[in-house]
Amino acid sequence: MDNLHYLFAAYAFIWTVLFAYIMRLQRRTDELRDELERLGKELGESDPATGE
Amino acid sequence: MNAHNPLAKVLPALTFTAMLLALGAAFLYAPTESVMGDTQRIFYFHVPAAITAFICFFLVFLGSAQYLRTRQARWDRLALCSAELGVLFGLIVLVSGPLWAKPIWGVYWRWEPRLTSMLITFAIYVAYLMVRQHGANAGQAPRLAAVLGIVAFANVPLVYYSVDLWAADQQLHPQRNVGLQPEMRYALWMCFIAHFLLLALLLLRRLDLARAEEAVEKLRQRALAKADY
Repeated sequence: MDNLHYLFAAYAFIWTVLFAYIMRLQRRTDELRDELERLGKELGESDPATGE
Repeated sequence: MNAHNPLAKVLPALTFTAMLLALGAAFLYAPTESVMGDTQRIFYFHVPAAITAFICFFLVFLGSAQYLRTRQARWDRLALCSAELGVLFGLIVLVSGPLWAKPIWGVYWRWEPRLTSMLITFAIYVAYLMVRQHGANAGQAPRLAAVLGIVAFANVPLVYYSVDLWAADQQLHPQRNVGLQPEMRYALWMCFIAHFLLLALLLLRRLDLARAEEAVEKLRQRALAKADY
């Protein structure tokens, strides 16, 4: 088929966008975990994320 | 996602399996379309992505209306997270569509009713996210965004029914309820299921993140107050 590169481009884009979004969520979650840890120490309290 | 929620344990595995089955259905099970050839297989992710975006936009509408009625933060959170996912799926629709259109219609883009109305809808929800990000102070943003979230939803039926509302000679998209071979229909349904599961998974994760952001913001305020004291 002559037009397979369009099919490839469409699916490559779909998976790239979804993967990038999931990576962004993960990165933000990691940042928040670090921030929670820092604030927990600053306030001299137990870890608000884990309650430990 | 709450770790104690049984859904949290099964949903990722379920979504992954459904996505694999959807890809198998789209590429291996569904027959090759006689006129468009293999390019038509874009349809199996393009159409479910569009319907998933519409569901997200409905959730924005629901969250916004409920927020204005109750002023509860959880509804505002639902609207914000749904808008973000609606823009994500809308982007998939707006890019995969032209990649399908080029070999079939000979052009990537034509200002025909459905394409144009979808682009306008997408732009409105991008504006919604910009209002949330930059447009107003923390107190005003949810209210302003809620009004925009309700008004924006008026576009969604316009996109869906655009193939009926405008004259056929102005359309490139086919009419609704196009007859599909049974194998194509089953493959499409599998792709719908996979997309709906993916939406549920991403929305639950995004809502968890939004809740965590709010908790961190409260702690940050407390830390600031303690430092001032």
